[in-house]
Amino acid sequence: MRRGISLVAIVGVMALIAAACSNNSSSSGPSGGTSASALSYDASAQGEGELNLVAWPLYAEKDVRGPFEDATGCKVNVKEANTSDEMVNLMSQGGGTQYDGVSASGDATLRLIASGLVAPVNVDSFDDYANVMPSLQAPAHNTVNGVHYGVPYEWGPNILMYNSDIVSPAPKSWDITFEPQINGQANPYAGKITGYNSPIFIADAAMYLMSHQPDLGITDPYELNADQLDAAVNLLKQQNGLVSKYWNVWSDEVDAFESGDMVAGTAWPANQNVLISDDKVNVGSVTPSEGVTGWADTWMMSSNAPHPNCMLAWMNYTLSDKVQAATAYTFGATPSVTTACQGLKANLIAGYGQEVGTNAYPLYHCGDDGYLKSIFLWKTPVPDCGNGSSDCADYNTWTQKWVEVIGQ
Amino acid sequence: MATSVAPTSARRPFTRRASAFLFRHRGVQLTFTLGPTLSWMVVIYLFSLVVLLISSFWTLNPLTSQVEHTWSLKNYQTIIHGSVYWRVAFRTVMLAAAVTVTDVLLAFPLSYYAARMASARVRNVLLFAVVMPLWANYLAKVFAWKTMLGGDGPVDAFFGVFGWHPGLSSSIIALWLVLSYIWLPYVILPILAAFERVPDSYLEASSDLGAKAGRTFRKVVWPLVLPGVVAASIFSFSLTLGDYLAAPLVSKTLVLGNLIDSFAGGTANNKPLAAALSMIPLAIMGIYLLIARAMHAFEAL
Repeated sequence: MRRGISLVAIVGVMALIAAACSNNSSSSGPSGGTSASALSYDASAQGEGELNLVAWPLYAEKDVRGPFEDATGCKVNVKEANTSDEMVNLMSQGGGTQYDGVSASGDATLRLIASGLVAPVNVDSFDDYANVMPSLQAPAHNTVNGVHYGVPYEWGPNILMYNSDIVSPAPKSWDITFEPQINGQANPYAGKITGYNSPIFIADAAMYLMSHQPDLGITDPYELNADQLDAAVNLLKQQNGLVSKYWNVWSDEVDAFESGDMVAGTAWPANQNVLISDDKVNVGSVTPSEGVTGWADTWMMSSNAPHPNCMLAWMNYTLSDKVQAATAYTFGATPSVTTACQGLKANLIAGYGQEVGTNAYPLYHCGDDGYLKSIFLWKTPVPDCGNGSSDCADYNTWTQKWVEVIGQ
Repeated sequence: MATSVAPTSARRPFTRRASAFLFRHRGVQLTFTLGPTLSWMVVIYLFSLVVLLISSFWTLNPLTSQVEHTWSLKNYQTIIHGSVYWRVAFRTVMLAAAVTVTDVLLAFPLSYYAARMASARVRNVLLFAVVMPLWANYLAKVFAWKTMLGGDGPVDAFFGVFGWHPGLSSSIIALWLVLSYIWLPYVILPILAAFERVPDSYLEASSDLGAKAGRTFRKVVWPLVLPGVVAASIFSFSLTLGDYLAAPLVSKTLVLGNLIDSFAGGTANNKPLAAALSMIPLAIMGIYLLIARAMHAFEAL
């Protein structure tokens, strides 16, 4: 009798779950055919009174949100996310109906577009789109077949940051972060190196191999066939022996640089800014000879946004030079509209003083399209290699390979 | 039922009627007493385990990174063919074993002293000292250790006097130290209880029959406290096996918990694979609990 009851209970639970699951699959499938009609911004459209955003920390601070709320009546709620994977997860919650938009980096954008989670927009309907830098007008990470899926926000490189009291002379190459031996000598910084804890960091190794093992034939660090991916992963496994810890969120790296556990490794300019303003250790940064990877972020709108008019108004607003300059200063990133550069310089001088501010400004490469072009910007690895062949490793494979690196 | 002798129910107070009803209907009584807790267990615990099992057979669309509800064994094949998963699982089990052995070694003499040698007052002080860290927040304790073991922390400064910098901040040794510290109270309490359950008369009988202290311990005390030790080890072993918060804070070492966490949405989003991976600690704990049951550990809980 007892056994009978528990069996019935289990079968009941299973049936319930099966029902829940089948419901799920019918409602959350990618909605096809969204590219048909791009949405346009209309200044006269009535806002819905609220706006829910997923954003990188410091990307929609109060000084930026306030004037927007006053002007449009859309109250801005920000859900901060620390990684691109977190952002993709949040945007797909509830079939994509919980959030209106996201400040997605290039390693998330193509995933969001392919799954139909974000809506195409008519960029010409935004007031200031003409001011966007040439290489961000229709970049591959947010424009597919000529259809735009958002407006550019901030961008920046993944620089080589180092503790300038310990690492000397100043590094010129990423070799101090990858090689156990440098010019026949043991790497003096072994055990104090750091790397970025994300599958996308494989691209940094691939970029290094482009200069150091040209016979692998890597042309784009995000388009790797099986052999090229294995070579990059092997390099990263070698690096693992030198790494003190990988950093996940910016504060991991800042803490470890301040405690002396890390002395060199990849960093966002924002991390360096925090270290400079904390003033506990002396840090420097360079763009090494192999080049740098980097990121360009896009405000994208959910296909099922509950407050579409507020989101379109937000996208229009974030293209203004004032907003771009303000966030560039708070976050330590570079604006995508060239007209924001003077504002950024003024913010830096106001924040750090005349001398430090003036010296810091060139590090942002504001409006420098040549520099932006030299950066290998994050983009989602997809099987299509872009040259007709489709044997490139997809992001799923990258994630599994990355676990091999950190789990060894 | 003798309904004929029951007075008209309207005259009796509701509470009395209710208790009489419950007395006569044992099934309803059980529903009220055990119902809330049991349904909590079933809904939250069993339901999520079943969901976990089901989703471990789903796959991820390589292009969109979205979960696809098609049944496949792909995740299990990935795990079986990927040496990294075996390596991490083995490392985590070894860590859990090391933490357990360390905690039992530390807990044993203290529990023995507190249960059999100390005065009632000292015993209470010791018990309080053991329980007190449990009232402190887990993360606060881990962060305290992170600071202590960090590059500029007191541990490094202490060994620095002798010209040695152990560099504990990224090693698995740091993780072993931290987890051993954090789970120690959970190990002490069952062992202490086991020592307290050993009747004095047994020890007196043993000594009356001429056994020396060592022999009494081996032949009388140890068999009696062993179930308690095994019960205690369940705590430290299972808690270490599932921990994923301490590892990234105090070390570079990847343990099973981190592996699952990173696939569950952290750095390498693949929820179905995470679900499949979480079957590994479930299986390990299942085996562990079977062995523990065979050793009568559950009677000592």
